[in-house]
Amino acid sequence: MINLNYYPGCTLKTKAKNFEDSAIASMSALGIALIELPRWNCCGASYCLAEDDLIHQVAPVRNLIRVKSQESRVESQGEGDSRLQTPDSRLLKVVTLCPFCYNTLKRANLIVRNDPGKRDTLNSFMDEEIDYHGEVETVHLLEVLRDDVGWEAIAKKVKVPLEGLIVAPYYGCTLIRPREIAIDNVERPTVLHRLMETLGATVVDFPFATECCGSFQSVSNPELAAETAWNILTLAQRQGAEALVLSCPLCEYNLGFQQKLIRRRHGEFKGIPTPYFTQLLALALGLESCGFDRGYTDSRALLQSKGLLS
Amino acid sequence: MRIELTPEKLHGSFVVKVEEISGQDLLSCYQCGKCSAGCPMSFAMDILPNQIIRLAQLGMEAEIAESKAIWLCATCITCIARCPRGCDLSRVIEALRLLTLRKNADAIEPSRIPAETLAELPQIALVSCFRKFTA
Ligand code: SF4
Ligand code: SF4
Repeated sequence: MINLNYYPGCTLKTKAKNFEDSAIASMSALGIALIELPRWNCCGASYCLAEDDLIHQVAPVRNLIRVKSQESRVESQGEGDSRLQTPDSRLLKVVTLCPFCYNTLKRANLIVRNDPGKRDTLNSFMDEEIDYHGEVETVHLLEVLRDDVGWEAIAKKVKVPLEGLIVAPYYGCTLIRPREIAIDNVERPTVLHRLMETLGATVVDFPFATECCGSFQSVSNPELAAETAWNILTLAQRQGAEALVLSCPLCEYNLGFQQKLIRRRHGEFKGIPTPYFTQLLALALGLESCGFDRGYTDSRALLQSKGLLS
Repeated sequence: MRIELTPEKLHGSFVVKVEEISGQDLLSCYQCGKCSAGCPMSFAMDILPNQIIRLAQLGMEAEIAESKAIWLCATCITCIARCPRGCDLSRVIEALRLLTLRKNADAIEPSRIPAETLAELPQIALVSCFRKFTA
């Protein structure tokens, strides 16, 4: 078993527990143990875009510092535990599941790496922590699956191929924008497509795979967010998708939970399940902890009709 | 819309502040409209994303303050991903929002969010919304 530092973030511990549980179980079946970072704090969720505001970078950078101190602790104890390394062995790796956390940690790290003035200010402000120079590399679980585990190795572990299941992969915003932190091609990402094909599902493409779901506008303007979500869902359905595969808890709220509101606004709208990619991964790997009973939408009837779930 | 240009507006402190907070050169935008074409929220905006930056270039502070558009941006980053001039409109809009928020004026009232909604919303939605829309 290889160990990998893991930053969960707030939502994975509450609203998206099914996302976390299915990911931890799947990764363990693939030989990687996700080791939760001790004493992590909220990353701030949305990256601060103001040039003159450094205080909002403290929260994400503090988490990265925790990864660095955690790594030096492991090293000094000489535990001989094998950690998953980045190709550049000077970089320490931390994996995230939540795309908001991924985006915020990754972008904050760019400030530390690229702006020596701001780096010094942050370091002197956090005077109880060790100095940090951007040594940590934040990655997303999809990158680990693609780059470290690999599609072939995953295919070999598939016990329940998702045959007959037609899915539309949906990427949202924060994993692929802006360009500097994108896990894949900005306009035409394929990583979720490849994963779903590897699991045996039939993948359909649709033009809104990278269109914003409405994001946090669902708090202040739920009707507007529901309109953008309706566009995305119906377009996927028109391409024949039976499920929309997600990677983000906020997408699941807007595209899943808000289907009730969409139905009130568009009587003809028929619902569509919105599972996380990790739930389908866990299912295909033959694992119990898929958490299909805890989503905003229910994928169970669909999966049962395909004989994939009893 | 009638637009009255004055040297005071064009070279005033508003333009300086927006450029300082956003870190963007407002005049780098050449008004191609690609940002508005791809913006997922433009269907609901009273002025379009490219018009927001045009008004900012011209120092039209009052016109921007009257519009709802900057509060409808979802910070989805599509505009900057596609801007041929590399002008980061998401940062310009953040700067425009901050000019209001930094006067200690909230753009939403958290206490008005229904309890049932609060119970269901993921934390990333709440934290992001409060970060972008409250002082
Ligand atoms: S895409 Fe860029 S250059 Fe074109 S109007 Fe928008 S901000 Fe200006
Ligand atoms: S960041 Fe804002 S203005 Fe730009 S495309 Fe997204 S919603 Fe529109």
